[in-house]
Amino acid sequence: MNLVYLDNSATTKPHKEVIVEVADCLEHFFANPSSAHRLGVEAEKKLKSAREKIAAFIKSKPQEIIFTSGGSEANNMAVLGLVSKGDHIITSKIEHPSVIKLLQDMEKDSYEVTYLDVDCDGVVDLEQLKSAIKENTKLISVMYVNNEIGSIQPVQEIVSIVRENSRKAKVHVDAVQAFGKLRINVKELGADMVSISAHKIHGPKGVGALYIREGLRLRPLIAGGGQEFDIRSGTENLPGISGFGIAVEMLALDFEEKQQYIRELKQHFIEGLKNFDKIRINSPIDDKHIDNILNVSFEGVRGEVMLHALEDYSIYVSTGSACSAKKGAHKNYVLPALGLSTAQAEGAIRFSFSFMNTIEEIDYTMDAVKKILPVLRRITK
Amino acid sequence: MNCMLVKYASEISLKGLNKRYFEDLLVTNIRKTIGNGYRIQKESGRMYIDAYTDELADKVRKTFGVIGVAKAEITEKDMDKIGEIAIAQMRQLKNVRTFKVESKRGDKSFPLQSLEISREIGAMILRNVEGLDVDVHNPDIVVNVEIRDKAYIYTKLLKGVAGMPYGSAGKGVLLLSGGIDSPVAGYMMAKRGLELVGVYYHSHPYTSERAKEKVIELARKLAVYTGSVKLYVAPFTEIQMEIIEKCKENELTIIMRRYMMQVAEQVAKKENALALITGESLGQVASQTLESMMVTNSELEIPVFRPVVGMDKTEITEIAREIDTFETSILPYEDCCTIFVPKHPKTRPRLDEIKKSEEVLDKEKLIANCMANMEIIKINNMQ
Repeated sequence: MNLVYLDNSATTKPHKEVIVEVADCLEHFFANPSSAHRLGVEAEKKLKSAREKIAAFIKSKPQEIIFTSGGSEANNMAVLGLVSKGDHIITSKIEHPSVIKLLQDMEKDSYEVTYLDVDCDGVVDLEQLKSAIKENTKLISVMYVNNEIGSIQPVQEIVSIVRENSRKAKVHVDAVQAFGKLRINVKELGADMVSISAHKIHGPKGVGALYIREGLRLRPLIAGGGQEFDIRSGTENLPGISGFGIAVEMLALDFEEKQQYIRELKQHFIEGLKNFDKIRINSPIDDKHIDNILNVSFEGVRGEVMLHALEDYSIYVSTGSACSAKKGAHKNYVLPALGLSTAQAEGAIRFSFSFMNTIEEIDYTMDAVKKILPVLRRITK
Repeated sequence: MNCMLVKYASEISLKGLNKRYFEDLLVTNIRKTIGNGYRIQKESGRMYIDAYTDELADKVRKTFGVIGVAKAEITEKDMDKIGEIAIAQMRQLKNVRTFKVESKRGDKSFPLQSLEISREIGAMILRNVEGLDVDVHNPDIVVNVEIRDKAYIYTKLLKGVAGMPYGSAGKGVLLLSGGIDSPVAGYMMAKRGLELVGVYYHSHPYTSERAKEKVIELARKLAVYTGSVKLYVAPFTEIQMEIIEKCKENELTIIMRRYMMQVAEQVAKKENALALITGESLGQVASQTLESMMVTNSELEIPVFRPVVGMDKTEITEIAREIDTFETSILPYEDCCTIFVPKHPKTRPRLDEIKKSEEVLDKEKLIANCMANMEIIKINNMQ
């Protein structure tokens, strides 16, 4: 087996078509889209085309798409562009660091933040949400799909609760992990802002977007030449954006088939896991859960050790999320929030699939786990 | 025209008949760090390199044996021209109130004697630069004038790292863990002229690739001073597993360290090295008590140098910062010493007891396997 990449929630391998597009833009469409000359106009057309593709895919208007440097910037933009000092913000305890760390910092600076609890399946408490909404609540920011265990939040219900209880509160959805796995229709979703990222859907790194509902105005975080409708200045990353467009185009092809295929991969994986004892599947296995993420704890084995042992078989996975791989820098907070013990959280491995994986790869991975587990479990001290 | 004046440790000049050997080695080492495109001239206890840039000076300064580096300006052997340069150099200096001039007359055909040269140049400076006084006992700055084939004038001396030329004292094997202490220990011995060969114990899958990369990075930082470092990456998992499975929990660390030392000694044999170097500091952790050190040493034939044994963490950290290894050392990746740490390790192990515990292990086989699967990495100074 060459290379079994089961870390698709950390990032994905770009499509060949994306690579060709990025290279083509670098070589032939290098002009500044703001330049007055013909080359500039051609680059601008590329930009427009990518924006239209993405807008069409999530059923928004093109002018509602603001390109950013990625998911983290989109999340930062949604929060910082909207709220002012004294505002109250509601979020959950299992958000991505680009939201939770930002809000923790803002708390020290006269912002008020409520962190909603999640149940053992990683779903927010809607009653708690309802009672948390106050007069000065300006923003509710929740992730659509959790990056570590794959739980899906009932975003539509969240939006209705917010609308019923506040006239001024806005809803931001971090859909970075959901995009490309769940059909996202921003009109049906009803959220005011939605963050997405290219490199999680086999697109290039360094590019993402924030959907901002028409009529909602954000304060720009980057002042400058007024690109992206005056909201995000800086010469556009055209190769990245155009590659993003291609990745979305590829996503639209056989979308349902690909999702079905990934579901089969996951089912096959879960079946395979039944051959092992002392295993805990931390992800909820039902429709509250995305198909491409499966978080598993192997009792008596530290996740990090399992990860390195799998490397010997050229199988690549994550412990927790990729961002928490640097030990000490970010302590994992998501798994404890679901009620996992420290030992269970330390033993957690995240397998994340893509349509590029195969049933053979899953079987090969099961064989590897079968060989590794007894060796690693030898040492329990 | 400029050149670089290099002063080296007086220790080198005192080596009698071996002086040549030490000087030649120093020249070779300087060439290794700056490249072959320069002329290096040796003359009466110092060297001259025919170019000067700040970057070049920093490299030479970091060569063991060098105690000082200065930018010397060269001119004709003419008192007016010498004076002009001395005045210009003094004008560039800030916060200088007192000075003196020191002269050396290598070319005895020059009409003025050393003291006369100093007196005249001193007078010229006094006349032309305001706010200065002469102080022959405790000056802020010394203006040096040397009359040889040409006249050389220099004022500011950059401090060198001192020590003895790298490699002049033979070769030693450094147990490099990734912590703060071992790179410092390596640096200190390298400074005494010992050529370093590193050994790192890698316990895949219990330690990450990043921990290994960190040690490679530390070796690279040492190579800034040594030119290059050869690093042995010892596969240590099998040995650790055997110890953990078969030996008592509170003896794990001490037995593991005995194995590390013996593996290092095998590397030393292969490399013709005659010493081991560790970053142990007396009493710092359980495995660094006097009893533990005695027990870890007992199987070895060659000496173990522990240059930081008498230093505390603050003192070691100070050197680590100076040689730029500190920031790398504190990166939070686990090394093989921090996994499977017993809750209550023995602090006063007894050799006979440990030897008895070890009998269950097939030492020859374990060490032979480790040696056979050794990865060797040559790390160059990438500065």
